Amino acid sequence: MRSPKSLFTAAVFVLLALYPFAAGQFGVDLVTKIMIYAIFALSLELLVGSTGLVCFGQAALFGIGAYAAVLLSPESDAANLTWLLPASVLAAAAYALFMGALSLRTKGVYFIMVTLAFAQMAYYVVHDTPLGGGTDGIYLNVKPTLAVGGATLVNLDHAPSFYAFTLVMLAGVFGFLALLLRSRFGRALAGIKANEQRMRATGFSTYPYKLAAFVISGALAGLAGFLFAVKDGVVNPELMSWHLSGAVLIMIILGGLGHLRGALIGAFAFALLQEFFKSEAIFGAFAKHWHLGLGLSIIACVALLPNGLVGLPAQWRARLTGRAPRGSTGPAQGAQHG
Amino acid sequence: MDLATFLIQCLNSLQYGLLLFLVASGLTLIFGIMGVINLAHGSFYMIGAYMAYALAPVVASTFGGGFFATLFVGLVLAVVLGYVLEWAFFSFLYEREHLQQVLMTYGLILVFEELRSLIVGDDVYGVQPPDWLAGTIPLGEVMTYPVYRLFISGVCLALAAGMWAVFTRTRLGMMIRAGSTNREMVQSLGIDIKFLYRVVFAAGVAIAVLAGMVAAPVSSVYPGMGNQVLIICFVVVVIGGIGSIRGALLAALLIGVVDTFGKVVFPQAAGVLVYVLMALILLWKPDGLFKAG
Repeated sequence: MRSPKSLFTAAVFVLLALYPFAAGQFGVDLVTKIMIYAIFALSLELLVGSTGLVCFGQAALFGIGAYAAVLLSPESDAANLTWLLPASVLAAAAYALFMGALSLRTKGVYFIMVTLAFAQMAYYVVHDTPLGGGTDGIYLNVKPTLAVGGATLVNLDHAPSFYAFTLVMLAGVFGFLALLLRSRFGRALAGIKANEQRMRATGFSTYPYKLAAFVISGALAGLAGFLFAVKDGVVNPELMSWHLSGAVLIMIILGGLGHLRGALIGAFAFALLQEFFKSEAIFGAFAKHWHLGLGLSIIACVALLPNGLVGLPAQWRARLTGRAPRGSTGPAQGAQHG
Repeated sequence: MDLATFLIQCLNSLQYGLLLFLVASGLTLIFGIMGVINLAHGSFYMIGAYMAYALAPVVASTFGGGFFATLFVGLVLAVVLGYVLEWAFFSFLYEREHLQQVLMTYGLILVFEELRSLIVGDDVYGVQPPDWLAGTIPLGEVMTYPVYRLFISGVCLALAAGMWAVFTRTRLGMMIRAGSTNREMVQSLGIDIKFLYRVVFAAGVAIAVLAGMVAAPVSSVYPGMGNQVLIICFVVVVIGGIGSIRGALLAALLIGVVDTFGKVVFPQAAGVLVYVLMALILLWKPDGLFKAG
């Protein structure tokens, strides 16, 4: 815990903890949403950044966590967090097991497309069947609470409590992933990312590792979905749409792949960019065409920031000293041809 | 299901399958030859459909022309669009990793969708087929079938045959096939590979735009239609085997049958059936039906 990176991360969490004391209701609400996106982005970072598996169907796992939270809640009574949260996470992990077991049999571009197709499958199930209220979605009537022996410890209907709960979850997920990536398991994932063939040649059976990463990632995405459903009190099929899968992928790429803090930075950058282009105060009536500005920014980022925002200091340093930044030359590490 | 309904659904499956093949073949072409995952391919289809809606009155008042004039103007515009896009965006992507290609083409989708919204709005439009294709022909004793759907199948078949001929029978096709295998070698033989890629890309865009224009009277024109087609095309490519035109044809026809009959037999589960089919095929053959190369 001495590098500038850990200092940066620690500073971010301290700022997030202090933020509600300085911000209004709108700000707290926005940052709560961004922290949920950050958990979601971290879940994908484990797959894409750490294992080199480009999953384009993460929204399905997010959506399943969200739908499970609403569908499993009693009609007119507060569910208890102690079982509702694990149940939602398990539901997402179960679909991730199914999706991963099949899609990991494929590689590269195939994998991208297959995960997208499996996500669409889940999307159509909630979109076309009455199970989840169809296109309109369903409402969560009473938000869950953490009650032990009759005393309510955390009530998620209370915005500051929900903010704190989300922050604790985000810190927990960040810490968990940081430890996981340092473990033997994490080293194996890094090896798979660098050269899967060599890993197999040295006697590693890589499939179980990749599947485990997929299931863990799915569980974390489910956690983010659970929080999202509780925050808004409503779920609809849009939570599983491929646009959200694309958005979360953009978050981690924008932030910088291969770094956990990249997912944090990316979630904030993406959400703030979105708020900026949506702002009627700045763009007036044009604000409803905010996708245009967002799309152009994304294109600009791909062209100008090959290593994401995390790589920006190195890029600037290189410009000042006239040397090429590390890792920015040559075609693309990790490009796998199907 | 009586015999006439069954026949009609068979023809519908064929029409839908061939149309899917046409769009998916452009996706395969651009990916197979240039190695670029182009998420914006569905947008070209959408642009085509909106062209059929918005361009027809303009063409009619300017050139006094009809259906074919609109198709022709649309194709010319599509080629120009493809050429410019390749020059402005895609020529940078060949060296980049797949992830960045996904990202940039996703950005392009957002831009195209919003431009569409700005130019023609977010309404759903119907497009009429030309009068001489508007009727129906008798099918058996009591049923009839729309002529226009047969026309779509005809156009798709003709294009597929044309593509096959260009690829296997012409010098251009030979250069394209060589260029996909070894870019440097082809370049050192004195062939302008950059120009060749630009032509291939423009052709891929033109095919998708044409498919959209031709399909508009049957599918109607609505926001988000490009994305829907794109994802189904992904399924086609995955089932068929990436880079295999043969596989894409078979997969597209298969999906045409499953989707069309699914909507009649299990309307509740129609959206999911195609993906179930994909999952089953991948369980059996993880690399698709025909693995290329």
